[in-house]
Amino acid sequence: MIRRRLFSKRRRASDTGAFGASELRNPERELVRFRRRLAIAGGAVLVAFAVLVGRFAYLQVAQHGHFRTLAETNRIAIVPIAPNRGVITDRNGVVLAQSYSAYTLEIQPARVRDLEATIDALAGVVDIAPRDRKRFRKLMEESKNFESLPIRTKLTDDEVARFAANRYRFPGVEIKARLFRHYPFGAVASHVIGYIGRITERDLARIASWEEGADYKGTDTIGKVGVELTYERELHGTTGVEEVEVDAAGRAVRTLSRTPPVSGNNLRLSIDINLQAAAEAAFGDRRGALVAIEPATGDVLAFVSMPGYDPNLFVDGIDTASWQELNESPDKPLLNRPLRGAYPPGSTIKPFLALGALTSGKRTPTQAFADPGYFQLAGAAHRFRDDKKGGHGTVDMTKAIVVSCDTYFYLLANDTDIDDTWRFMSSLGFGRPTGIDIEGEVSGVMPSREWKRQRFSAAQYREEHRKWYLGDTISAGIGQGYTTFTPVQLAHATATIANGGVAFRPHLVQRVEDARTGKARAIAREPAYSLGVKPEHLEVIRNALVLVNREGTSAAAFRGAAYVSGGKTGTAQVFSLKGEEYKAHQVDERLRDHAWYIAYAPAEKPTIALAVLVENGGFGAQAAAPIARQVLDYYLLGLKAAGPAPLHDGPAPDADDTSD
Amino acid sequence: MAGIRIGDALARLWEVVVRRVDRPLFAIAMAIVGVGFVTLFSAADQSVARLTNQAVSLGIALAAMWLIANVPPQTLSRIALPLYLAGVVMLVGVALFGVVVNGSRRWLDLGVVRFQPSELMKIALPLMLAWYFQKREGRIGWADFVLAALLIAVPAWLVKRQPDLGTGLLLTASGFYVLFLAGLSWKVIVGLAAVGAAAGPLMWAQLHDYQRQRILTFIDPSTDPLGAGYHTTQASIAIGSGGVVGKGWLNGTQAHLDFLPEKHTDFIFAVFGEEFGLIGNVLLVILYLVLIARAMMIASNASTLFARLIAGAVTLMLFTYAFVNMGMVSGILPVVGVPLPFVSYGGTAMVSLFIGIGILMSVQAHRKLVTS
Repeated sequence: MIRRRLFSKRRRASDTGAFGASELRNPERELVRFRRRLAIAGGAVLVAFAVLVGRFAYLQVAQHGHFRTLAETNRIAIVPIAPNRGVITDRNGVVLAQSYSAYTLEIQPARVRDLEATIDALAGVVDIAPRDRKRFRKLMEESKNFESLPIRTKLTDDEVARFAANRYRFPGVEIKARLFRHYPFGAVASHVIGYIGRITERDLARIASWEEGADYKGTDTIGKVGVELTYERELHGTTGVEEVEVDAAGRAVRTLSRTPPVSGNNLRLSIDINLQAAAEAAFGDRRGALVAIEPATGDVLAFVSMPGYDPNLFVDGIDTASWQELNESPDKPLLNRPLRGAYPPGSTIKPFLALGALTSGKRTPTQAFADPGYFQLAGAAHRFRDDKKGGHGTVDMTKAIVVSCDTYFYLLANDTDIDDTWRFMSSLGFGRPTGIDIEGEVSGVMPSREWKRQRFSAAQYREEHRKWYLGDTISAGIGQGYTTFTPVQLAHATATIANGGVAFRPHLVQRVEDARTGKARAIAREPAYSLGVKPEHLEVIRNALVLVNREGTSAAAFRGAAYVSGGKTGTAQVFSLKGEEYKAHQVDERLRDHAWYIAYAPAEKPTIALAVLVENGGFGAQAAAPIARQVLDYYLLGLKAAGPAPLHDGPAPDADDTSD
Repeated sequence: MAGIRIGDALARLWEVVVRRVDRPLFAIAMAIVGVGFVTLFSAADQSVARLTNQAVSLGIALAAMWLIANVPPQTLSRIALPLYLAGVVMLVGVALFGVVVNGSRRWLDLGVVRFQPSELMKIALPLMLAWYFQKREGRIGWADFVLAALLIAVPAWLVKRQPDLGTGLLLTASGFYVLFLAGLSWKVIVGLAAVGAAAGPLMWAQLHDYQRQRILTFIDPSTDPLGAGYHTTQASIAIGSGGVVGKGWLNGTQAHLDFLPEKHTDFIFAVFGEEFGLIGNVLLVILYLVLIARAMMIASNASTLFARLIAGAVTLMLFTYAFVNMGMVSGILPVVGVPLPFVSYGGTAMVSLFIGIGILMSVQAHRKLVTS
């Protein structure tokens, strides 16, 4: 019906006929012209609609794939889900670091027009302290992309509810659930555990350099120091991903698919947090380091660097004031002393040099020398003085260790080529990293001809600086001169002696555990290498060390101990007094000697070996040995000390008898 | 008996109601309105309130259509001059006392409602021109075209300086259609086109910054994808991603995730194209084509010059709205505020369009009356 009436030409013809008959010629011609014009217009309509259809075909057929992709990218957002960071426990399962979920209030600066006004308005809804503002500004400076930055962390439930009610007022501001790291023991073991902090450009470069790419898209913190840094890739876990449909405002409408994150592995450390706390308490407010190692495994039982710091300060961005305080303190709380502090070992080097002499055959245990109280190189005026005026009389190897006779070791050094000494000492781990499993270990210095040449290779030095002198050898013979060791190195070498010459790589992490399956992977505890020394030679040294604690320099500190222990004291010169006598009370505290002490116990079958350093502590026997006594008492007997270790347990050595 | 009489009365009433209604025209227009409702339901996120509003507008529009359909073209021609003069006066009033909304002065505040005189002018101008040419029938010379050009220029200029360039151009087009159908010389048309092209740079200088921006963005939307080009870019994505068969009703992601701006008014065609694809688009274009064909037939069969001219102009304006809207949404024309006829949400447009349909019906219904 419609078709017929629409397209019928018949009626039109009859209309014009009837019309034309009663009208003039002129209007009829006008009608024809009108119809012609209308037909032209109709043609234009057809052309125009054809163009439209062509355009539709172009968009919907030719370019369909392109626009479909654009629509999908509009619609779908890939949202990373941060994995839960692994838990760090001590060797007995006590939690040292774990993550918990909390709400943060975050601003996406790119989406906020007036940042200050927004923060001011937010302050009316939740508490925003000046500290929060400062931290936010600092984060703004550090971040370059469009990420959202926290203005407030750890919101209370009440604050979350209040913001939710006011959310519409704050476009670009969102509440997010984030994982926070917590270190329940605060400063205790801070240098072992380390801390995490916000990912910086440098961290990003590091992540990019890893061979198997790690996904840090959902993560905004990363391990910065300590175990948190070294075991970052174990702890982090695998980022999950959620595909969500978003609207034009970027709000998630629904979830399309979800790959859950895989939690990071848990770490079980070898340290015993109670022993660690006891060791730290023994230091009191003294500066220093202590490393205790289980000789049979290489497990690090305690790893002390005093003073420490509270790692919790770093977790959500440390404020400037706290940072300055830590960074500029003369006590250097951020310095990891056991790992990065290289100190002259002083007399603690002697048992190792003696073992070397027995092994190389330069000395026999019974070979004895007369000690006049000094040693003089042939043709030189300079006297290398002993610490006891008039000398120790006739001295064999055992006595030399027990009374710490310098002359005996001057003579030994004089008889030994420095490069031979270097070879033996480096087999004990001196002058090279022990390979302990936290980053940043320094090598210290075990000098040799080659070392000196390298050390003074720069243009400002002349050949006479690079040349090795016999005097250098003599100084090295009592652990002075160029020689510097780290506490980790000394503890490691002591553990090797205690373990019968079999060395283990020291390690802080005992096991890596899969959080889901509970499957544990042990960190290698096989012996790293054997020194290749004769047992009877070791026996000589160990007997001497036991005698040190029984009747030698540290006898006072170990009076009445319920176990037999071996030890050796040491004093490292910080400041050289030319020919003058050293009077501790006359020297500035910071220039006083460093006190060293190494020990292991029980003597017959050692379960712990340690090295203690007290910075500017004076004599090893006086400052360092009592700390070791407290630690050994706690570890072997479970005895808890009432307070910090006493400065000296017995009469002070007089100026004439400063042997250590 | 009574039953029969009531039946007769109802039949007569029905006869009165439908007497002037051109059924094919009405059927096609309602088919497009149907497409509009279906699309609007999706575009308005299934809001029944919007559909209800649109249904009320449709009711008013149909009533207006029926009224106009029952008014003979002579009567319409008699009100042409007063309507035109009133329109011009109101446009001057707008320029002097108009209300500024979004930076343009387009509205007259009549206390109860705000009124946009440019909308009235869209009908008044072609009526006025048709009336004038009818009066001068048989004696139409070049002076008449000059006068007609003036009649167009005055309201078009007033609207353009509101500023509302889009409506100004549409007004000019509606006037031009009358002139064209009245037999404006081809030489003049070609000449005007040449002058227009030459005057392009001059016009450019006259434009406001936002108008220039729109034209620049039209030439390359990617220059400003989040600003002025956002509409065009997102609409193209919507249509293009629809493909041949579309994503299906209520399934357009561009529409439902709010990527499309103005999605129930000026850009509703993007929603349609996304959900119904190329097939839907072609069917819609065919519906408009059939509507225009029927309207052209009415114009062609009209009995007086006035009726022919007004019917032809209304037909071409229907085409112009449909073409300009679909053209701008699919990115071949710059963005101007033109709704898609019978589909876009909005009462004013709906009423205006059905008044146009009413005029066509009046022309069709009264062609015999005049001749006899």
